[in-house]
Amino acid sequence: MTTATLPFAEPAPRLNPLTGLRHTFTLTWRSVLKIKTNMEDVVGLSLQPIMFLLLFTYVFGGAIAGGTHAYLQYALPGLLVMTVVFATLGTGLMLNQDITGGVFDRFRTLPIARWAPLGGAVLGDMVRYMISVAITLGFGMILGFRIGTNPVSAIAACLLLLTFALAMCWVSALIGMLVKTPMGVQMFGFLAFFPLVFGSNLLVPAGTMPGWLQAFVKINPMTDLTTAERGLLTGGPVATPALHSLLWALGIFLVFAPLAVRAYRRRT
Amino acid sequence: MTNAIEASGLVKHFGKTTALAGVDLVARQGTVLGVLGPNGAGKTTAVRILATLLSADGGQARVCGYDVVRQAHQVRQLIGLTGQYASVDEGLSGVNNLIMIGRLLGQSRRQSRARANELLERFDLAEAAGRPVKTYSGGMRRRLDLAASLVGQPRVLYLDEPTTGLDPRSRSDVWDIVRTLVGDGVTVLLTTQYLDEADQLAHDIVVIDHGKVIATGTPDELKDKSGGQVLEVEPADRNLLEVAAAVVANRTGSVPDVDAGSGLVRVPVADAAVLPAIIRELDEARVELAEFTLRKASLDEVFLALTGREPADSENGDDNGMTRELERSSR
Repeated sequence: MTTATLPFAEPAPRLNPLTGLRHTFTLTWRSVLKIKTNMEDVVGLSLQPIMFLLLFTYVFGGAIAGGTHAYLQYALPGLLVMTVVFATLGTGLMLNQDITGGVFDRFRTLPIARWAPLGGAVLGDMVRYMISVAITLGFGMILGFRIGTNPVSAIAACLLLLTFALAMCWVSALIGMLVKTPMGVQMFGFLAFFPLVFGSNLLVPAGTMPGWLQAFVKINPMTDLTTAERGLLTGGPVATPALHSLLWALGIFLVFAPLAVRAYRRRT
Repeated sequence: MTNAIEASGLVKHFGKTTALAGVDLVARQGTVLGVLGPNGAGKTTAVRILATLLSADGGQARVCGYDVVRQAHQVRQLIGLTGQYASVDEGLSGVNNLIMIGRLLGQSRRQSRARANELLERFDLAEAAGRPVKTYSGGMRRRLDLAASLVGQPRVLYLDEPTTGLDPRSRSDVWDIVRTLVGDGVTVLLTTQYLDEADQLAHDIVVIDHGKVIATGTPDELKDKSGGQVLEVEPADRNLLEVAAAVVANRTGSVPDVDAGSGLVRVPVADAAVLPAIIRELDEARVELAEFTLRKASLDEVFLALTGREPADSENGDDNGMTRELERSSR
């Protein structure tokens, strides 16, 4: 039996990496469009930090810091970290929906870079993280939070948060690839992120915690990130915690991004 | 004649279940290959292997001469896939779904928009173009999915049960589209459980059951294989159905199928010479006839003869759903 030699353009044998980048940008465009059409998500994304701010400030503020204003000054940088870390769960959730919904089958039959669908989802989600950060900071200021440093430091604080989020969302992406249903992503995501977020100096100083927990708080990247955010927003040490945070972000990215891409390629 | 799809000895296991136990498929360029089989027969698994979505445990497959594993990137430039479940983005509008695919395939902004509008027009979706896909009906979604697999003008198109769950009008629309595509030289691999669909569209048919090919041929060859002809007798008076059945049974020597719903007595006939005798005897029994036809066996009857059950019998539930479940549990 003859094998076909067909009268049409010979398909290209391999992909140019720059083309892969272009695929990623097209899929970023898609993620951003989806944010626009999915207003429910945006409303939830906005209300969650507002709820956290109100609850933590007025429920715990007096007890922990002796006053709501003092506590807000202390907790807001931590709440920023918490909001962004929880927002990264959305990345895994969306990827999981893409798989269960079937659109990933479409991507996998197209001659595009294998990592582009993941890259596009992650980059597109940066917009969501920016919304979270803006709302938390904006609403915090309405409640009385004051930036004690300068605008440049404040912008640096936001950039550091986004950089960290860009790394953390690969953890979320991996969960999204490994878990069967969107419900499962939410559950496993919270199981992974809750101890990280609360086992830190994010909401209270670690001084009153038992020794073993203090040891965990000390090595928890959330602690470094929160300390750096405090330094950048209200004053205090910046250089060391910021450097540690960036190193953590790089480490998390280098470990989890390849794992997530591998899990995506293997998922059928 | 060259072959657009050649697969030989495809084997796939999901855990302990064997989805494919050595399947050979050949689709000639510019024709429709119909892959027929009951739910759970392995049709979707075969399509997913040929579409580079799944790797086989054994055997090999080539699309337009390119190996689906080693040259997957080339194969992806040649194929389009429309699955049983629409592979489109629910959160995007119809037009943006198509633009996204066009852009991913390297079309410019303007080209991709023009191609999207052209396809939406052709698939009768122009009015819904701007709406999110999650507001589409099942038929609209299926049409958009088909449009999505045509953005890149594929040379080989896989249609995995493209009309399952569609109303009759949408079905015949899909059939028309397939005929047009084949007219343009596209090769189509169509899986279906509807035998009339295979009969209408396919140039060649492969019947799969339990992961094995149990018959191949043109629709006519398959009908001939399963024992030729069928006699249908419809008495004008339905009360005489049993009388007619008795006459037919007596003369042909086989037990006829009596369908009270349609008022038909149906029986396979090996030798057409018995027909005059049947007519005479029915006349003597004063059975007036509304219909008396001798026809080739339908593919349904072929299927029944080959597999021992009706084509739509589902023992495993939904084919694609099951395959996915298996794929997941085997991870």
